[in-house]
Amino acid sequence: MTQYDTVIIGAGHNALVCANYLAQKKQKVLVLEASSAAGGLASSYEFHPGFRTSVAHTVSHFSRKIYRDLELQKHGLTAMANPLPCVALNRQGNHVVLDGDTVSGVTEKDRVSYANYSKLTERFANLLAPFWLKTVPAIGNNSLHELLSFAQLGVKMRMLGKDDMREFLRIVSLPTHDLMDEYFDHPLLKALLCWNGLIGSKQAPRSPNNSVMLMLYRMSEGMSGLHEIPNGGTSRLIDALCSSAKSQGIEIRTNSSVRRIVVDQQKEGLRATGVQVDNGELISAQNIVSSADPKTTFLTLLGAENLEIEFTNRIRRIRSEGLVAKLHLALNGLPQFTGLDQSDGQLLISPDMATIESAFDESKYGQCPTDPVMEIVIPSMRDPSLAPSGQHVLSAHVMYVPYKMKSQWDQTAIDTFIDKLINKIELYAPTIREQIVASELLTPIDLEQRFRTSGGHWHHGEFALDQLFMMRPTYGAAQYQTPLRGLYLCGAGSHPGGDITGVPGHNAAHEILS
Amino acid sequence: MSDYDFSSERPKPSHFQQRQDELNIHDAWSSWNGYKFAEYFYDVEFEYFCVRNTCGTYDICPMQKYHITGADAEKMLDRMVTRDVTKIRTNRASYVVWCNDEGRLIDDGTIFKLGDDHFILNCGSPCSAWLDKSAFGFHDITIDDKTDDVAAMALQGPTSCAVLKSMGLENIESAKPFSINFFDFQNARLMVSRTGFTGDLGYELWIDHNLAIPLWDAVYKAGHDLGIHPYGDQATNMLRLEAGFIMPGYEFNEALKTVHFEHDQTPFELNLGWLVDFKKPHFNGRRALFDEKKRGPRYTLTKLDIEGNKPAEGSFLYSNKRCTEEIGYVTSGMWSPAAKANIALAMIETKYLEGEIWSEIYYEKELRQYSKVARCTIKHEPFWSPARTRATPAADF
Ligand SMILES: Cc1cc2nc3c(=O)[nH]c(=O)nc-3n(C[C@H](O)[C@H](O)[C@H](O)COP(=O)(O)OP(=O)(O)OC[C@H]3O[C@@H](n4cnc5c(N)ncnc54)[C@H](O)[C@@H]3O)c2cc1C
Repeated sequence: MTQYDTVIIGAGHNALVCANYLAQKKQKVLVLEASSAAGGLASSYEFHPGFRTSVAHTVSHFSRKIYRDLELQKHGLTAMANPLPCVALNRQGNHVVLDGDTVSGVTEKDRVSYANYSKLTERFANLLAPFWLKTVPAIGNNSLHELLSFAQLGVKMRMLGKDDMREFLRIVSLPTHDLMDEYFDHPLLKALLCWNGLIGSKQAPRSPNNSVMLMLYRMSEGMSGLHEIPNGGTSRLIDALCSSAKSQGIEIRTNSSVRRIVVDQQKEGLRATGVQVDNGELISAQNIVSSADPKTTFLTLLGAENLEIEFTNRIRRIRSEGLVAKLHLALNGLPQFTGLDQSDGQLLISPDMATIESAFDESKYGQCPTDPVMEIVIPSMRDPSLAPSGQHVLSAHVMYVPYKMKSQWDQTAIDTFIDKLINKIELYAPTIREQIVASELLTPIDLEQRFRTSGGHWHHGEFALDQLFMMRPTYGAAQYQTPLRGLYLCGAGSHPGGDITGVPGHNAAHEILS
Repeated sequence: MSDYDFSSERPKPSHFQQRQDELNIHDAWSSWNGYKFAEYFYDVEFEYFCVRNTCGTYDICPMQKYHITGADAEKMLDRMVTRDVTKIRTNRASYVVWCNDEGRLIDDGTIFKLGDDHFILNCGSPCSAWLDKSAFGFHDITIDDKTDDVAAMALQGPTSCAVLKSMGLENIESAKPFSINFFDFQNARLMVSRTGFTGDLGYELWIDHNLAIPLWDAVYKAGHDLGIHPYGDQATNMLRLEAGFIMPGYEFNEALKTVHFEHDQTPFELNLGWLVDFKKPHFNGRRALFDEKKRGPRYTLTKLDIEGNKPAEGSFLYSNKRCTEEIGYVTSGMWSPAAKANIALAMIETKYLEGEIWSEIYYEKELRQYSKVARCTIKHEPFWSPARTRATPAADF
């Protein structure tokens, strides 16, 4: 029987990153994935014969450090592409486009404002950068080393100068809506700039207190908040991580669902010593690392009886109901959006901030938005292998689709909603309906079941101040270690959170090795 | 001015209120968990002597009584408390404590095991929120707060067994300490446990609240010639201190109600290490308690015999007579009639236990304040622990 140093539960991208770092230090690593392929929410699968897609359709700020450390270039990830243009669609074709540093389709005044705005936000986002590739200090821990990130934040704030510092403190807790109103006139531009900060969380432009912070936070890895698709598609990233894993002797077993984490009662207390796979097989290892979300890890795989009571209660309280649904359309040709030559990019259907806000409002009361807002990508333009030749895949993140519906999520509800979404897209791409070969809608409940993430949540747990930094997923487990010796977390539920960044996996590996 | 008239804060009557009202000649009431509750009835010392010499009854209706049932009840309790619940036999009671995640004491109480899937947890403060949290993750479990449905009284003192015998509780004398026994009382089930909080021979009686007054009357009728009297909170405090039992608000501050860091206590600090079982499966606070056991507790609750007769209540303790180095504080102190000694429980920094201990006692004489410094001697045995407390069969006296 092989003796493993580390067994990792789940083969999401974070698990793969973590495994690769551990293997670089000569660890013998086994990764167990319940589904038939690696990649988690970023894995590609066939949703209609001949048509493939992945739930995560772009890569937002994948860490450049990880890219270099793991030499992913050697494994086929030829340079990460430039940020995708982000297009706020207009029915008549008068779109607003943000491409790199330049914004078009707006007045000169908005253009100048945007230049100022992006300089400011870049400086501020930079402030939060020290928190990324690092373990956050534990509450009550006064070790100098761990407090350094805070010291760095302090120093960086001082270096901003008095005016900037005041401005930072003012806007960091502002609702995005107010910040946009201060700077811009064009409703499409405002909606566009909000979007990438909000997506995936239970926030809308008017949400008080931390929507600007979340936006800055996501910008802080040097991507200005824009997304990218690697050459050859998102799946290239997963392929590269798997290829690197293979070359380092990491074993990845798919169709291997972990049923429970095995614990051993030792003199010093409980210790995680292995896992049991669904077929009954027991596998032991020095370290058990879970990339499953914290609720699944602690409440399902470990069990409350092996944990402390207050800790369990904090895990139970983690807010993790997802608010994003996925629409996938198999198309017999490239969709034509009015006034757009190229449908390559992140295409937003969100005419203004008020529409975003209303959609959010309805979701609060368990209703699907009457006037849905969404982000569309045609991934097959970057990765032709996703569809038969000449055909395409449309992938859309539909925001503010409730996990818990006032009425049930049943087939009728799903079909009605798909129809509503297609009607909406039709307003911008009038011929879309005739192009549809097949469609699929994944509600947060579907995402939860298929990808085994509590609530089907984008970030494995709400992305808000009460669940960030040393509170992510909760104190007692915010440093990747858990109250159980030998058990670590490495997924999106840990600091710094979700998106295809690889950072939780990177930081977890660092903790395991230290 | 607000319209709030505080009426909702009026203590509710105990199930024995009718009888206690007649006996509480000073109307000396306070409240416990929202129930009207006697500070004393006629005279504290008199009530104390009743319990030590004959017997007394004490109202424990306000004590919280949770019935925990289901196949997972034992597992859930075992994870919550520090003692091994699987070792409690059916119809036996066990003294337990439970801690928060950091190993700080939340409360103490007794667990009664009535069957493999039926337990009762009795404790001084409401803890249903904690029980709910503790039960999360266990599936076959029901927690029922029966506090308002059960009437309960403690019957304590040397003649207590005789009273129950004369009430007709057959064979009660052979009931062992911590045993739970059942009798028929007016066609209902009367539960009698040989438990109590006085360190003396004694029992606790539990019955449906509708039978509270008939039970009271039956006990008092049987006890008429055996010196039975009610006793209140103040006498209880004397009795338990002689027995060396801890009391919230004196020896410990419930961890869930403590604001300041480490102003609560651990079982080791309270000298209750014998209740912490590291051999049983995982329980709450284990990690912290294991570390503390290795490190040794910072404080240790200690029994003191103090020279002189001035009660040392609230006094500071020092390592020398000049009182230059503070090493702890007295948590409860009194002149003990039974031990004929000036006794106290005190929290003392463990590292000073080997050396001298001096207490600076403050007292008042006709409005004048005085202080004196008295030498303290550590006692390892309870101040009061007569053989009759444990003897089975229990004698009549
Ligand atoms: C609808 C939606 C759209 C998104 N779109 C984007 C996007 O466009 N760009 C972006 O950057 N981010 C996007 N995200 C966020 C991103 O996908 C996640 O934050 C990210 O995938 C988290 O990666 P991970 O490795 O931590 O976990 P996951 O990708 O969730 O992987 C966890 C893996 O663990 C496995 N697992 C769980 N339990 C077990 C078990 N018991 N045994 C074995 N295996 C188990 C799961 O099957 C899964 O494969 C999106 C999220 C959602 C929900």
